[in-house]
Amino acid sequence: MSGEARPTFAMYGAGSCGGCDIAVLNVHEKILEIGAAFEVVLWPVVMDAKYRDLEARPDSSIDLTLFSGGIRTDENADLARLLRRKTKLLVAFGSCAGEGCIPGLANLTPPAEILDTVYETVSTENPDHLRPGTQPNPGGPGQLAGFAAVLRTLDQVVDVDYFVPGCPPESPRIAEVLDLALAALRGGEDLPPRGAVLGAGESTVCDECARTRNVKQIAGFRRIQEIDHLDPTLCLLEQGIPCNGAATASGCGALCPTAGAQCVGCYGPVAGAIDGGARLMSAFASVAQARTAEEMDRILDGLVDPIGQFYRFGLAKSLLRASRSAWAAAGGEWGRR
Amino acid sequence: MSGEQVASEPFEPVVIGFTCNWCSYRAADLAGTARIKYAPNVRLIRLMCSGRLDPTFILDALARGADGVLISGCHPGECHYVDQNLNTLRRFRMLERILPALGIEPQRVQLVWASAAEGTQLAHEIDRMVEEVRGLGPLDWPARMAAAGGRTGPGVSPVGWPAGSRGEPEPGAIKGATEPPGVHA
Repeated sequence: MSGEARPTFAMYGAGSCGGCDIAVLNVHEKILEIGAAFEVVLWPVVMDAKYRDLEARPDSSIDLTLFSGGIRTDENADLARLLRRKTKLLVAFGSCAGEGCIPGLANLTPPAEILDTVYETVSTENPDHLRPGTQPNPGGPGQLAGFAAVLRTLDQVVDVDYFVPGCPPESPRIAEVLDLALAALRGGEDLPPRGAVLGAGESTVCDECARTRNVKQIAGFRRIQEIDHLDPTLCLLEQGIPCNGAATASGCGALCPTAGAQCVGCYGPVAGAIDGGARLMSAFASVAQARTAEEMDRILDGLVDPIGQFYRFGLAKSLLRASRSAWAAAGGEWGRR
Repeated sequence: MSGEQVASEPFEPVVIGFTCNWCSYRAADLAGTARIKYAPNVRLIRLMCSGRLDPTFILDALARGADGVLISGCHPGECHYVDQNLNTLRRFRMLERILPALGIEPQRVQLVWASAAEGTQLAHEIDRMVEEVRGLGPLDWPARMAAAGGRTGPGVSPVGWPAGSRGEPEPGAIKGATEPPGVHA
């Protein structure tokens, strides 16, 4: 097959765990189709490629780039800008690129504290006191990428054409998105408006969940491991498990609640929500069976990590985005990168 | 808002006050009619019920430069809509649990019950809260975000998923292919 005729494809992971790459590879036999349909020009997880080859390409010469991971280092930001320049359809792929995900929770902590923990704690051997932004080989090539004050989402750094949520996105959704992109690139299909969320539903995880729902009245929250006997058919929230399904976008097929674990909210806020955490707080508050501040406090004592509960995936894209102490560092040496 | 303070100009906090149409807004009105003074730092916004108050509003106010947010509604048991003010109470107690992690002092977001007859009490509570926030100093969220290189721009919502993002497909060519991609420093 002629390489020239095929659409070009890139996938890149910035501040991510690599799970999104694995999720793409996990589309089973579909991967053969992807391999045949696209000419892969950059995909560090799958094949060797050099940044200089990417730089040498003409602008807008990559048809589709799936960009996973948040923007935490200079290198992340440089690659985001470079790939934006080289790409026609830039997709913020997965929760990290779209809303910060777990790495975004580091926005609660000032950067100096993060680096102290990573580079200088007792279990770390770092005799040369290397830090991001320093040169590991004095006089030699190479420099460790600089570390930004806060983690940013991809669209906080460059324009993004589409978002695909999920941690990681589910294989059937990935296949749908790739089919849509392929059809559009071949000229056979219109794409949704720029900036749209692809691969997620209009509704909530609850709508995909088969568990029985009644009028919810929650008298207390408990962690799932503290409960001996879970009703396998009853709504988890009604059993006092802090399940985030009510304000989380559908698309996963309610995998976690079906398997007996609470939804953690990895598909991001439901369509129309401005701040996913605020939406979740509203949802939880309206089902709490409390008529006084004291009763409410007693219920909330069962939520061991409130900010982690409500902003586990979306902190970096929430209204406030980071803690005050993290922002404070942004004005100084951690400034704009 | 409270961004760059000139040294000679003292810090004047901005407090957004969400009030209920049936009680606290009328209490503030009563205070005005009775010529009771309260700090001009508070900007009152009238809702039909304090129960309309989405936590989003409070976070949005802080993100846009408010130094504090006052929430005010009918006393428990006196809600015009039976018990919606209890929703306010529950959301407020919940919000209180996440604000410390974000470095926001509890005095910056306060809940005050006030009936339509309590103009004097509400004026007093506003004055007290404004002085407390003044003592804490500016919150300055927009300036902090700008320093970190936050970006907003056409086609990109500053927060949340883009509005209307899951609508019908737009007829036309591939957007990313026809529009020049934007690159931001």
